[in-house]
Amino acid sequence: MLRLSWGYMTGPDHDHHRHDHSELSETELRVRALETILTEKGYVDPAALDLLIETYETRVGPRNGARVVARAWTDPDYHARLLKDATPAIAELGYAGRQGEHIVAVANTSTLHNMVVCTLCSCYPWPVLGLPPVWYKSAPYRAKAVKDPRGVLRDFGFELPEDTGIRVWDSTAEIRYMVLPMRPAGTDGWSEDRLADLVTRDSMIGTGLPKAPLEVA
Amino acid sequence: MDGAHDMGGVAWSGPVEPEPNEPVFHAPWERRAFALTMAMGMPGGWNIDMSRFAREDRPPQDYLGKSYYEIWLAGLERLMLERGLVAPDEIEAARSLRQAKPVAKILSVEDVAAVLHRGGPTERDAASPAGFAVGDRVRARNINPPTHTRLPRYVRGHVGRVERVLGCHVFPDSNATGAGENPQWLYTVTFDGRDLWGEASDGGLTVSVDAWQPYLERL
Repeated sequence: MLRLSWGYMTGPDHDHHRHDHSELSETELRVRALETILTEKGYVDPAALDLLIETYETRVGPRNGARVVARAWTDPDYHARLLKDATPAIAELGYAGRQGEHIVAVANTSTLHNMVVCTLCSCYPWPVLGLPPVWYKSAPYRAKAVKDPRGVLRDFGFELPEDTGIRVWDSTAEIRYMVLPMRPAGTDGWSEDRLADLVTRDSMIGTGLPKAPLEVA
Repeated sequence: MDGAHDMGGVAWSGPVEPEPNEPVFHAPWERRAFALTMAMGMPGGWNIDMSRFAREDRPPQDYLGKSYYEIWLAGLERLMLERGLVAPDEIEAARSLRQAKPVAKILSVEDVAAVLHRGGPTERDAASPAGFAVGDRVRARNINPPTHTRLPRYVRGHVGRVERVLGCHVFPDSNATGAGENPQWLYTVTFDGRDLWGEASDGGLTVSVDAWQPYLERL
């Protein structure tokens, strides 16, 4: 039962703060053993491992997607290109590649809210959002998003108006989805950089909204 | 396969729990497990669908009992063991006990940026025109293969509508078994929430999946 208490069945609290010490050590030792073996055999270049980690810890993350959204909010032509064919539009800003080879951007409106999930695993648009958070990969989100997305939004602390439709995109193929949230009111004349500060990761997954102008003032 | 990974619509107690200021990795070993998995794709020679199957093809208690990167680690070990790239006694001994198997190419630090930027596009030239058009009503087939599939259980047997034609893409059901890419037309198919979950469910809900043509039949 110990393992069941901290795996997929529970949320991040259980996943990451209640590891049994010996279990953790066993996994840690196993990863070390594999890295040693694979390095000794010449299958991996240790410097490549370090660079892969550095790339996704420091360079590729939701700040990229925020720039895409801010550009779409300020440039109507870019907005149109993004919704028509997002992959080249996103590549214009330099973001492309692994787990974002085919991206589709979907726009929220006053009558429709979009939410993205991968019920089968963890598909997520890496070039614009980075690696997915634990909750996105967790059983509760994958189970609930396609059946009770309004309940998911309540878990995230907000209530969608009853008359707003909700559209859930289950990423079952190699198409990756990002949500283009609505531009917050009260941001007329704001620069792209300033607008990008309002764009949260969750607003691009559809489990949140952009920040209000006052939150970043 | 009808495994525990196919979670859409499963009743789940407890809320989704976002973690404030979540780090990208939660332990040093997660970093290494991630990087080893990414780096071994090239010398290993497996494709993404084989990787997914190696992760999901396990008993429910095993899948549900492991954390995300523990599943990645188990999947990586399985792919390497199956191909004889490492042996169980080597993992036990925590060192290489025999010569490396020849591999086509390894991921060098110089190539990392270019390889990530290139990614692995799955769209292919189509051998025949698309069988369905936007607006067509289709039924998701009731298939339950023991091998890898990307048609989730919660849409099987249900009627939807083709919303987008996404091009011709590598077919995971073939690619995962080593039977080749076998490209097929891919569609975004939308389902009414009430068709999936019954009259009592959210009337304003629409759910879509991306489905390859062999998953669909015309009504």
